[in-house]
Amino acid sequence: MRLIAQRLIQLVVVFVVVTLFTAGLISLVPGKPENLVIPFDNTPGQTLRQEFRESNNLDDPLPVRWAKWAGDFVQGDLGNFYSASGGTPVRTRFDQSWPVSVSLILYTQVLSLLVAIPLALWAAYRSGRWTDKIINTFAFGAISLPSFAVALLLTYYLGVQMGWVPTQGYVRLTEDPGEHFRHVIVPVLALSLGQIAVYMRLLRSDLVATLQEDFILMAKSKGISNGRVLWRHALRPSSLTLLTVTGLSMGNLIGGTLVIEFLLGIPGLGVLIGETVLRRQYEALQSLVAVVAIAFVLINFTVDALYSVLDPRIRERTT
Amino acid sequence: MSENQTDHANQPVLEVRDLVTQFSSERGTVNAVRGVSFDLYRGRTLGVVGESGSGKSVLSRSVMGLMPGNATRTGSVRFEGSEVLNASPKVMRSYWGQKMSMVFQDPMTALNPVLRIERQITESLHEHIDMSKAQAKDTALALLTSVGIPEPARRMRQYPHEMSGGMRQRIMIAIALACGPRMLFADEPTTALDVTVQAQILDLLQSMQRDREMSMILVTHDLGVVAGRADDIAVMYAGRIVEKAPAERLFAGMRHPYTQALMRSIPKLEMPSHTRLDAIAGRPPDLVNLPEGCSFAPRCPNAQEKCLVDDPALTADDDHADHVFACHFPVNEVVVAAPGIRVDGQPPRIAHDPSLGGSA
Repeated sequence: MRLIAQRLIQLVVVFVVVTLFTAGLISLVPGKPENLVIPFDNTPGQTLRQEFRESNNLDDPLPVRWAKWAGDFVQGDLGNFYSASGGTPVRTRFDQSWPVSVSLILYTQVLSLLVAIPLALWAAYRSGRWTDKIINTFAFGAISLPSFAVALLLTYYLGVQMGWVPTQGYVRLTEDPGEHFRHVIVPVLALSLGQIAVYMRLLRSDLVATLQEDFILMAKSKGISNGRVLWRHALRPSSLTLLTVTGLSMGNLIGGTLVIEFLLGIPGLGVLIGETVLRRQYEALQSLVAVVAIAFVLINFTVDALYSVLDPRIRERTT
Repeated sequence: MSENQTDHANQPVLEVRDLVTQFSSERGTVNAVRGVSFDLYRGRTLGVVGESGSGKSVLSRSVMGLMPGNATRTGSVRFEGSEVLNASPKVMRSYWGQKMSMVFQDPMTALNPVLRIERQITESLHEHIDMSKAQAKDTALALLTSVGIPEPARRMRQYPHEMSGGMRQRIMIAIALACGPRMLFADEPTTALDVTVQAQILDLLQSMQRDREMSMILVTHDLGVVAGRADDIAVMYAGRIVEKAPAERLFAGMRHPYTQALMRSIPKLEMPSHTRLDAIAGRPPDLVNLPEGCSFAPRCPNAQEKCLVDDPALTADDDHADHVFACHFPVNEVVVAAPGIRVDGQPPRIAHDPSLGGSA
């Protein structure tokens, strides 16, 4: 119970700090929303802009605006997009775009772990030998490659040259599963490459340490196969760091998808956030950033809870 | 098991000949075991004694074949008549756990912290014996009961960290015994335990070994542990056996100065308080750069010129063919055994020392 209360307080603090910071930062950026909404710099334009500022409370001090926004947000109202004709709710666009990004991130994490874990086990088992060195060298290269470069290369080779995958756009899973997966191949591969490398190197080094433990020698002395020793005895005690980083990398991936979504014309959350920044959609930006921040915090709470699933000794301490 | 084996009752379970184990390290080649030979018969216990770095633990792992990648072994290890020294990993895995198993030194680190006890016991049952889940569970319960674990059903569902050191060592023994091995390696099984628990664990090992007619190699740095529990005792120094004899014979008439020094270094309760420990001066030799001649010579009180150049071979005592030692100038004096060690080969008892006051 105390733990949950503690977590709730953390969540509130993160929410306040992140949204206040975003609100302050975007207000400091030159360019006013009314200038973008009403692109007429003549006298009627000026009047319209003034009316726009008043109707959207843009002349209120920042803390007042923030408090108004926060009051709406906690009731589930994400606010409106600024527009000359009254504004459309952020919620509609948000509901369309978040499943896109979430599916990309989810596929990326699953693929990355599916590839990284066996590779790490293999490298750790062969630690110091040439297989290990080759895997490590490739991993280092993969970490150094920016995901957008990979996305461009993949689009060119797989999309343009081979014609196997579409070069742009996105199709929902519910619309056409086949097309959906064809469309996500390039973005997911591009995002995964770096993730795989990071996960693999992390897990490998933890595994190498675990393989020195007495209980590994003990497991071997039972005559069970190397595969079992690795998967059953070594993997779980070695995976705590991997779990932490998987949770934390959700943040990186949200940023990473932004670039990839732009590049490949995928109508996800990243594109939506980018648009709100460029168009100075203060209210919408604040809401979107808040949602992402809350999701990030909740994911990492889940990760904390998963520690005790992986290691019974932690379970003991928390209960 | 089969009739074939009972016919060969007089054949040793384990025959080790000229076993040499080396590790490659950055400093050079580490000569951990340097030509060790011995036979071990069914139902017998060989105590291997020596200080840290004498190669005693490496010896048991070398015999079993549980070696890291940088180790090389030469010589011969025959288990029930078949050569296992250069057997393939697959063949070795069919021996490990099933025919030979090991009890490790530290029960705090040798059990997997994230797996339930049940899983850790039944694992080798599933691997080596075709057992259903229920059968394996029943076997595991019976094993836990036999090693003296109260409430075995509850303990099965627990994790190692929920148990005491002695309890964990009992579980380790249960795991080692799961598939009914014929050869048990106990690598300092009580070193990491409380003194009060040590005797219990040793008694357990001994009774298990007797009931199952297993052969056992009991590795320890403590002569007190092997006294009364081993049939034969081999004293190791710098990777070699320097003296080996039946236990009673060794305690009654040790010939090697190192054995004698080991014996002297055991504190005796009848000594007044604050008596200086009769420790062995100097350090064990560096196994990378071994001295010429006898490796114990630099620390030996009896060493002479000859010892520094000529490494003595293992030779039999005149009147005891099974008592061998490697020394140019063997000793004859019998060191009075510490109270922990009884010459008659009985298990040690904790003596009451009046100088310690009334507390028991």
